Amino acid sequence: MSATPTELPKWADVAVIPLINVAAAFVISGLVVTAIGEDPFNAVKLLIGGALGDLEGIGFTLYYATSFIFTGLAVAICFQAGLFNIGVDGQAYVAGLGAALVALHLGFLPGVLLAPACIVGAALFGAAFAAIPGYLQAKRDSHLVITTIMFNYIAAAMMGYLLVDVLRKQGQMNPETPGFPPGATMPQIKDLVAYLGWQWPDTPLNLSFVLALLCAYLMWLLIWRTRLGYEIRAVGANHVAAIYGGISPARITMITVLMSGALAGGLAVNVLLGEEHRLILQYTADFGFVGIAVALMGRGHPAGIVLAAILFGILYQGGAELAFDQPKITRDMIVLIQGLVVLFAGALEHMFRRPLALLLTRFQPPVPDAPAAERA
Amino acid sequence: MKVDAVPRPPAIELIGIDKRFGRVHANNNVNLKVERGLIHGIVGENGAGKSTLMSILYGFYEADSGEIRVNGEPVRIRSSREAISHGIGMVHQHFMLVQPLTVLENVMLGAEGGPLLAAGASEIRAKLAHLGREYGLEVDPDAVVGELSVGLQQRVEILKALVRGAEILVLDEPTAVLTPAEADQLFEMLKVLKSQDKTVIFITHKLREIMRLTDRVSVMRLGEMVADFETAKTSPPELADAMVGRKVILRVEKGQAHPGEIALEARDLVVKDDRGVTRVDGMSFVLRRGEIVGIAGVAGNGQSELLEALAGIRPLAGGEILVEGRVPPPELRTPKGMRKLGVFHVPEDRHRMGLVMPFQACESAMLGFHDDDVYGAGILFDRRAIAADTAEKMEHFDVRPRAPLLKTANFSGGNQQKIVLAREIERNPHVMLVGQPTRGVDIGAIEFIHKRIVALRDAGKAVLLVSVELDEIMALSDRILVVCGGRITGERLPETCNQQDLGLLMAGVSEREHAA
Amino acid sequence: MEAFDAFIVIFASGIRLAVPLIFACLAGLWSERSGIVDVGLEGKLLTGAFAAAAAATFTGSAWLGLCSGVTVTVLMSLIHGYASIDQRANQIVSGVAVNMVADGATALIGNAWWGQGGRTPQLPDSALFNSIQLPGAYTLHDTPIIGPIYERLISGHDLITYLAFLLAPATYWVLYKTRFGLRLRAVGENPAAVDTAGISVRGLRYGGVLICGVLVGFGGTYLSIAQAAYFQPHMSAGKGFIALAALVFAKWRPLPALATCLLFGFLDALSIRLQGTILPVIGSVPVQAIQALPYILTVILLAGFIGKAIPPKASGIPYVKER
Repeated sequence: MSATPTELPKWADVAVIPLINVAAAFVISGLVVTAIGEDPFNAVKLLIGGALGDLEGIGFTLYYATSFIFTGLAVAICFQAGLFNIGVDGQAYVAGLGAALVALHLGFLPGVLLAPACIVGAALFGAAFAAIPGYLQAKRDSHLVITTIMFNYIAAAMMGYLLVDVLRKQGQMNPETPGFPPGATMPQIKDLVAYLGWQWPDTPLNLSFVLALLCAYLMWLLIWRTRLGYEIRAVGANHVAAIYGGISPARITMITVLMSGALAGGLAVNVLLGEEHRLILQYTADFGFVGIAVALMGRGHPAGIVLAAILFGILYQGGAELAFDQPKITRDMIVLIQGLVVLFAGALEHMFRRPLALLLTRFQPPVPDAPAAERA
Repeated sequence: MKVDAVPRPPAIELIGIDKRFGRVHANNNVNLKVERGLIHGIVGENGAGKSTLMSILYGFYEADSGEIRVNGEPVRIRSSREAISHGIGMVHQHFMLVQPLTVLENVMLGAEGGPLLAAGASEIRAKLAHLGREYGLEVDPDAVVGELSVGLQQRVEILKALVRGAEILVLDEPTAVLTPAEADQLFEMLKVLKSQDKTVIFITHKLREIMRLTDRVSVMRLGEMVADFETAKTSPPELADAMVGRKVILRVEKGQAHPGEIALEARDLVVKDDRGVTRVDGMSFVLRRGEIVGIAGVAGNGQSELLEALAGIRPLAGGEILVEGRVPPPELRTPKGMRKLGVFHVPEDRHRMGLVMPFQACESAMLGFHDDDVYGAGILFDRRAIAADTAEKMEHFDVRPRAPLLKTANFSGGNQQKIVLAREIERNPHVMLVGQPTRGVDIGAIEFIHKRIVALRDAGKAVLLVSVELDEIMALSDRILVVCGGRITGERLPETCNQQDLGLLMAGVSEREHAA
Repeated sequence: MEAFDAFIVIFASGIRLAVPLIFACLAGLWSERSGIVDVGLEGKLLTGAFAAAAAATFTGSAWLGLCSGVTVTVLMSLIHGYASIDQRANQIVSGVAVNMVADGATALIGNAWWGQGGRTPQLPDSALFNSIQLPGAYTLHDTPIIGPIYERLISGHDLITYLAFLLAPATYWVLYKTRFGLRLRAVGENPAAVDTAGISVRGLRYGGVLICGVLVGFGGTYLSIAQAAYFQPHMSAGKGFIALAALVFAKWRPLPALATCLLFGFLDALSIRLQGTILPVIGSVPVQAIQALPYILTVILLAGFIGKAIPPKASGIPYVKER
């Protein structure tokens, strides 16, 4: 992703740079808040309070974070292979169809099997919808960015048609499917902790959160501990060396994009199976795009993505509370912050790197045995 | 020194040009005088500093110190625009053409003659027609450049310079991409230019071209200008001698080779590069167990494509490869398959191909072998086994620092190269393809690497060595194949040949001419 | 006659729907021909619409609205240009950021200023670009065929619409007939060739990005104070991406770009017209299929099944001078 990487110590790279990028996004957002006549510090207080002030806030925060972990991982796994999948939103939308079809047509399955079947359905549909752009990139060299943008709109049109004209419940005005059968839902955290005798307020937080963390862990294992992950990283880092090493970039591209689409299906699991219990029009609410911000801020690493997803969970939940208290600061504020994060953590990532590197060298003696960058 | 009969200042005079890139001293106090109306050749091996010198003349780089004089006037050239304004035109080795634009548009670019194209276009059309007649440089001005042959594209590059009023034309390795017939046409063209009192600077490493075309020739070696001859008064051996110099002869302790069975055989190989140009043009040879066969040649004469084809990276456009006497089935004609057959490969360029720089050393040290069970028999890698394996290889090959987890990019060039060699050699190959094993490597590591290659031979392995370092070829090989233009121009035994002899074969002087 | 009338109506509405596409598409063309990929057209359309409507609301002047719309989109373009040219950023990432910032900022500020969910008050006619009756439109009213075509298709549009139709030939002319155009085409294909000819790659690319900003500003302005009489959040509704698709479909050439945008505009008009109607023989037409058609066509083209859409060779790649 970087044209001219500036070498920084690892701690600066992992911690300081993301913090500076996020800080820059917040400073500018704060200025906008000030410009519309509100007090940014008060806004931050309300936002944090709304997101983390009580268990209910935390529950919602983690519910949003769950969605963002899935979409963030979906974007990030493609980053590892040097690909950019902008179509996570569309893939998640179609994944919702997969979940709904299984829930509505395989309702005869016992509850223990139905929910997993729905998850598989979501993953398969998400992957299948990503397969076409993936194939076109791998075999026909069509730019994944452009095709996935197109596929987002194709998804919207297709799902619009299906929900309005095909799947809509008889006599129902809203473009949505009938409710899923009880077995086709993700267990609520509230119910789970009740077994342990604890109280948890009524929030949409469900077992998907655990699934998301598991996916993050599995992705970490995959990328850094398996042969496939090794091959994905090799293709992303050096195409030519990968071919030399007996790795087929076309195959890796295809596999990576399929996994990305399947991960996008996680959004359907969390939102549809965990909360809505039916498929509704435009249920993704652009969360697929939040994944881009999350992946960039998490620097493509699953641990970073979990942290970034929680930050965005705080923003979305806190933002909702803030909008309730201060109607002038709508939730669009969060979209603005998200855009600024993408701008600073993604597009302008080197802007702060160079000054920081200069600053650090001023306070540190130069490493005596610096590797010589020889050019043959 | 020589006094000119006509008291004209030289077209170009470079005085004490010095340029460093980090540790590399690309140009060391270079002096050059190019008389007007002559074709002046500059020869030297790859990396001798020719291209750097010309880039300085064309304003792409600024020299650290030194002076440039054009027609006797000291000038500063800080950009190509300034070079153009001093009447210097450059034909780059990689053409600076815009493929989808027409010839006319390419020629006009930067010399449009006004904000609207129409006015300038008719003027340039007229100029092109005039130049076409006068120098035999006819090109259809409305043809799309990308659809022209390479020879015609080069003609467009020359026209670009001439239309801008270039009096001094610099051509950087102009024949590298041409067919022999196209090269002949180019030479005719340059002679016409000379007859019109234009000055031509011709950079090449092909001695035959120098002898055939130039009036004077300067020789560069290791960043220095080492000799200057009147072409008529010199000879290819003398030039080859100056080019190669009397370097410290590398000595490698090695005993008698005991060549065994044929391990690898190439029959009439034809290989094309990415652009579809034939780079290996009918090579046949055998490689036996227990011998080192060196491929000598100037870089870019098909060696890279040969190596890549043998390693299964590049498809064959003709001919066949036999491993242990058999043509491998198509599914094994891949990098993975060839490795399975025991044909291992140390690529010429470790940055581009041999290593993944952001990877940890231990990850780079298993590239191509990462499927092996020693790195973990199950789904997951066995990190400890990987690190231990790399640590062991680092021990054997004296890689410093011995840090398997350090990023590959953070090792020095020599140590990076040792990582590549360790990866391939420790795996017990049947056939070892080695490309430029000591490029960018310090002296100590060179000696070490050479020893390992000889040890491999002594263990009964077949080694194919490609190097542009003649010393290395001479010191290591048991047999030497010389290549030029994608063909094998001769075979020699290191004991019974000398560098000049090889140099001539490398320069494409065929056996017959050679004998004459 | 009824069919003819319907035809006229759909075409007239297609033209109106095509105008923002034409501006955005040609804007993208200028940027991408210079080597800067722009997936942020959508966001810039939106900010342009917002800034134009805001200025028109506060000043009551359509012209000041236009100035404001263009100024703001130029600023957005320059941010993208700075990231892409000077910071050598990933241009896709930068474009995505522009879209998000635009989406969030316009809705946030709009809501803060006007309430009503971010929607401006309805603008009076005096603050809009109104339709212009071309001379003779009324006298030809009763002439069959030609009358309705002239009166309702050719006459009766606003100034910005006529400008949009002039823009494609103008772009063609500048691109292919002027020095600047030649250099711009060259820099998007092979910046090294431009550099060695002694021309500034950076200057040309900023030029392309700047023109992109101006044009997309017109498109945004049209959305809010010519086509509609208000701004509301998300009102660009994917038009920037359709424009991007049109740009690919037109293979980065100005006159085909105009044709493609018109085609996509008509498809849009058709899908609106067919909503809920039941056609003989075919039955009810899924309007979504028509809405998705531009994207599907573009993907098929990208896949190389009908010709090949080859972008400017250097687009998306930061220029680093070497050797």
